[in-house]
Amino acid sequence: MPSAGLLLQALASGVFLGALYGLIGLGVGLGWGLLRQINLSHFAWVFLSAYITYELKTRLGVDPLISLLFLIPLFGLLGMAVQALLARFAITPFNSLLVTFGITVSVEALLQWIWSADFRRMASFYDEHKFRLGSVVVTYSEALTMGMALLAVGLAWWMLHRTDMGKSVRASAEDPAIATAFGIHAKRLAIWVAGFCAALAACAGVCVALTFTLAPSQIFSWVGVVFAVVMVGRLGSALTPLIGGLVIGISESMTMALIAPTWAPLVAFTVLILILLLRRGDE
Amino acid sequence: MNKIWQSSGLFAVVIVLLAAPYMGLPVHWQSLLYVVFFWVTLATSWNMLSGYSGYFSFGHGAFFGVGMYGMATLATKAEWPVVPAALGSGLLAAVLALAVGAVVFNARKIRGESFALITMAVGFVLATVIVNTPIDGGPGVYLMSVSLPQWGPKPASTFYYASLVLTILCVAVAWWLFHARAGLGLLAIHDDEDVAQVNGVPTFWLKMGAFALSSFFAGVMGAIHALYVSYVTVGETFNITVPLTVVLMSVLGGSRHWAGPMLGGILITFLLNAFTAGESALVGKVIIGLVLAGAVLVMPRGILGTWQLRQHKRLMQKNQDAEFLHASVESVPSQELERPLTRPADSMNRQKVLQVRGLSKQFAGIRALNQVDLDLYQGEILGLLGPNGSGKSTFINVVTGHYKPTEGTVLLQGQSCAGWPAHRIRRQGLSRTYQIPRPFHGLTVLQNVILAAHYGGTRLSDAQAKQEALEWMRFTGLHDKGDYFPDELNLHQRKFLELARALAARPQVLLLDEVLSGLTPFEIIAAVQTIRRIRDRGTSIVFVEHVMSAVLALSDRLVVLNQGEVIAEGSPEDVMSREEVVRAYLGDEAAV
Repeated sequence: MPSAGLLLQALASGVFLGALYGLIGLGVGLGWGLLRQINLSHFAWVFLSAYITYELKTRLGVDPLISLLFLIPLFGLLGMAVQALLARFAITPFNSLLVTFGITVSVEALLQWIWSADFRRMASFYDEHKFRLGSVVVTYSEALTMGMALLAVGLAWWMLHRTDMGKSVRASAEDPAIATAFGIHAKRLAIWVAGFCAALAACAGVCVALTFTLAPSQIFSWVGVVFAVVMVGRLGSALTPLIGGLVIGISESMTMALIAPTWAPLVAFTVLILILLLRRGDE
Repeated sequence: MNKIWQSSGLFAVVIVLLAAPYMGLPVHWQSLLYVVFFWVTLATSWNMLSGYSGYFSFGHGAFFGVGMYGMATLATKAEWPVVPAALGSGLLAAVLALAVGAVVFNARKIRGESFALITMAVGFVLATVIVNTPIDGGPGVYLMSVSLPQWGPKPASTFYYASLVLTILCVAVAWWLFHARAGLGLLAIHDDEDVAQVNGVPTFWLKMGAFALSSFFAGVMGAIHALYVSYVTVGETFNITVPLTVVLMSVLGGSRHWAGPMLGGILITFLLNAFTAGESALVGKVIIGLVLAGAVLVMPRGILGTWQLRQHKRLMQKNQDAEFLHASVESVPSQELERPLTRPADSMNRQKVLQVRGLSKQFAGIRALNQVDLDLYQGEILGLLGPNGSGKSTFINVVTGHYKPTEGTVLLQGQSCAGWPAHRIRRQGLSRTYQIPRPFHGLTVLQNVILAAHYGGTRLSDAQAKQEALEWMRFTGLHDKGDYFPDELNLHQRKFLELARALAARPQVLLLDEVLSGLTPFEIIAAVQTIRRIRDRGTSIVFVEHVMSAVLALSDRLVVLNQGEVIAEGSPEDVMSREEVVRAYLGDEAAV
């Protein structure tokens, strides 16, 4: 049985890991719930952003936070462009999965072409410096990830619930036909939502670059866990992905600390299976 | 003629493939074809459940992985010969599928994306378990020491023949399933699972069977592949590549056709092979990704689905031209809405076919049905009336088994069947129609009715079922619409398709849920005559309707529901003049 201090440290790393899960899950969940798209390319954008951050830092010494400033609008535009293209076709949720899988495979190959299949790790100020929070050691990267996740969730919630545009988006997600009858331009809104999701992917990419080792093949290793995070919450909701992320992040890191690191994936997927099975609707 | 060409062509291909290694097919071609057979088997087996029934599984890699590790364990630790080990691995995969299915298919809400995610999670869970237990333990398992038989002229031919034979079997089973009664049931599940069940399809067991078959083939293929690569690791086995590639191949080829996955598998494998090594492999990957994205956008039904649709449109065009040439005046029904002269004699003396006692249905807080008693006599048309929300539809849904009753008994021809699943009640001789027609959109009119005939009370051969279907289509005037899809019919015809489907099961009791609503007066007259003819053939009818003229013309007896309770019962003239009935319909003032 590990000591209390070690457990506390594990809890903290679970929280920060969960925040990153939540940040990625937010983008996937919003697209799934509001656009009825299961967007695998979200993971491709995350890694593309991470690699660009890495390249700028190691080649030109650009601080990741500065990269973030222009990555957000860049990826926003990318997301909008892809949505504008997808909107020309009638596409079922399931087929959206296949289309975005195709995009993801292409991006993966592209990343491998440019950066090779080797593992790469970005050294940065934020990962090397730590501060203490009680007995827990926190790196600046972790704190940044947490901050960004909270900010993104807060912004998404505020936009969905406090702005006219957000309310229109929710109405349109609930009943597209009726929403259109009330004068809501669903296609234009969908482009904005897609742009927002892709901008979230850019943020998450910077966080991934700050704390994780990068390899093109790693794109798919995030898919399962993030889907679990999204399903723990409610599709299209702003708050629940973060909660789901924390639940799974903490249970994973506790499993690592208490049992063995290799058992960690079991937790996320057992949670996913149980939630899907137990959440039965009415008859 | 077309069919003969097709099957002799396929036969020729099989012969050539079987003979090829002896005709000097180079070893690298045998290896390439092994990869083709590998993917065709995996994609075709995936399609047996997922393509036909629409339950898209992302867990095919899990069953494939069970096969790989089954072989790795059985052939090394247990030292089984390879053929029994391969079959055993397939059976293991099938057993796992049945276990997963028993849980997942019992949870009603698990459909679409949820099913995809659960099956995907099964793969990850399995991988974690295998890597942490002695089955693997982490470093992977070597199969070099397993002794292989030599089939064919060269050592490499063994894998060629093993995979070829498995592919032939797998495609043959997929073909058989597609054309069998079970395949029709699976396709119906794809379109509307509830209606499939109401039409007598035992949905749970069909899905279980298809899942087990599908996983069996994936497992055997995995077992062969374990020997082929001779070194099995969790990372290479349980990644997302297998499930996604398999889905991709099927969707690209057309997942609602037995040959779709085969076509998609061949195309993609050769495409991948065109870019083999180094940089060009990456270029190939980029291109494949984009081809997939583009193909799904442009042809969401896949290659074969798009082709079928074009064939169908051409046929429809031809039909229309023919109809235009032989435009005939629609015959006008001569009879008006009047009572038949011969009214059934005293109903009390006759046999009760349906006997409902104390039937109640409680939804969270709302009692939709409260202690309803109702009898239906042989050869009777019973009008079931009541204002909106009075419980008529709930009554139908409970009696047909869509909802389980909270309390009460239902005797159908003396057999107590309250709480039975819908398909058993259907087979016991009770059919229904839906107020808003719910045909299977992906099946033609003829297939819709054949399905109902197949899953009715008696077991029919394919030819008999088709005969039966054609008879009822003629009865409802749909005989020349067999090749149409339901969406190409008008409302009147779709309502008659509901009728034909209900009748094709040869029911003793027929529940008609507002068949007349939305029809023109002219169409109502025709429909009323049809209903009378149904009764004349010996079927007893419960008739829920708002069109009062039709109710009075048709009904031998009326039962009136209000707020879930029976408030009146008797002959039409008597019931309609009762104060409580008038009050229920028109409000308190009107009754004064």
